Amino acid sequence: MSFELPKLPYAYDALEPHIDARTMEIHHSKHHQAYTTNLNAAIAGTDLEGKTIEEILKVCKDKPAVRNNGGGFWNHNLFWEVMAPNAGGQPTGELATAIDTAFGSFDAFKEEFAKAGATRFGSGWAWLCVEEGKLVVCSTANQDNPLMGEGCTGTAILAMDVWEHAYYLNYQNRRPDYINAFFNVINWAVVAEKFVAAK
Amino acid sequence: MKKLTILLALFITNIVSAQTFTLPSLSYAYNALEPTIDSVTMRIHHSKHHQAYVTNLNKALGATNTKSLAEILAGVSSQPAVVRNNAGGHYNHTLFWEILSPTPIKTPSAELLSQITKQYTSLDSLQKMITVSGTGLFGSGWVWLIVTPTNELKITTTVNQDNPLMDLVTDKGTPILAIDVWEHAYYLKYQNKRADYLKNIWKVIDWKAVSEKYTATLKK
Repeated sequence: MSFELPKLPYAYDALEPHIDARTMEIHHSKHHQAYTTNLNAAIAGTDLEGKTIEEILKVCKDKPAVRNNGGGFWNHNLFWEVMAPNAGGQPTGELATAIDTAFGSFDAFKEEFAKAGATRFGSGWAWLCVEEGKLVVCSTANQDNPLMGEGCTGTAILAMDVWEHAYYLNYQNRRPDYINAFFNVINWAVVAEKFVAAK
Repeated sequence: MKKLTILLALFITNIVSAQTFTLPSLSYAYNALEPTIDSVTMRIHHSKHHQAYVTNLNKALGATNTKSLAEILAGVSSQPAVVRNNAGGHYNHTLFWEILSPTPIKTPSAELLSQITKQYTSLDSLQKMITVSGTGLFGSGWVWLIVTPTNELKITTTVNQDNPLMDLVTDKGTPILAIDVWEHAYYLKYQNKRADYLKNIWKVIDWKAVSEKYTATLKK
């Protein structure tokens, strides 16, 4: 049983104008597809074949092809899930309270998360994770993620791709503008479900 | 009074030897490398990305810096990440612009070609190996042709804005050819197809410039 590229629950143009249709199409059908294909190739015939992606990510540190493509596969799965059209705004309920507790306010969280993305030099991701019931922000290089023991040690509930391919067609060198726009497409209802499941 | 004069002299000396880095002008227009590298990419790459590395390097070093770029890179392991990233970014792009040309000479000098043939059989096979190395580098970085301390040629890659002049990299040497494989170097025109960008870039790589750097390195 090999891994498959997940279908998006929305159209490529659904996140316009924040994320443009062409970026979404290439990002999903080319980049994410390549990670999926290359992950399957990297584990074929090894003892990792048949394992879940979570199991694979815990033991892939010394296997660059599995690490890079397994990370790429898992990270993009989460990324598509935590975005939606007509989304953004602020979380409510338990997650809102937890954000206030951890960061002081939603604006303070936004600032810290944006900084994590803006200061990640080169390619990588910014994360919101649950560590022993508490929320933390971190970032990782390339396609690494917290399941590998990189960045935060907790469970990731929000992921923001800051590889240039995530924003270059629309924003070019202006990564901070992309990050600002990303807040307009965060699906807080899904992030809140992940928070409840993780804490 | 004498003390003041000495202090003043020291102050002036410091001003004179203070190093501020500036964005080099390109010796060709932004659209000169079309269609291999598009004009929008060149303009943003030079006037935004490279400019930001220069600005951030000067900011990180402060007005009292007296070190040359070569000195900074050679001792970069004792510098903060912001210096490493921006000093690398400044050096790497400067070299990159220099070895590109709208009217490139496609053959290396006799001296360089003989070394290439000795180590890699042919120029074509060297170019193919560099292309493979650049395609295989995961994430952001550079692929290089360097002259090692024993005067051999070597293909190597570095991540982000690291380079072979930095004391913290494994493969040290003097770069004579640099190719940027950050996505910003090719994404507007080639998107996810980095291999196509690397295959095409040979059309604008000036082996005359590379050969001159090779000769200059051997003379050192």
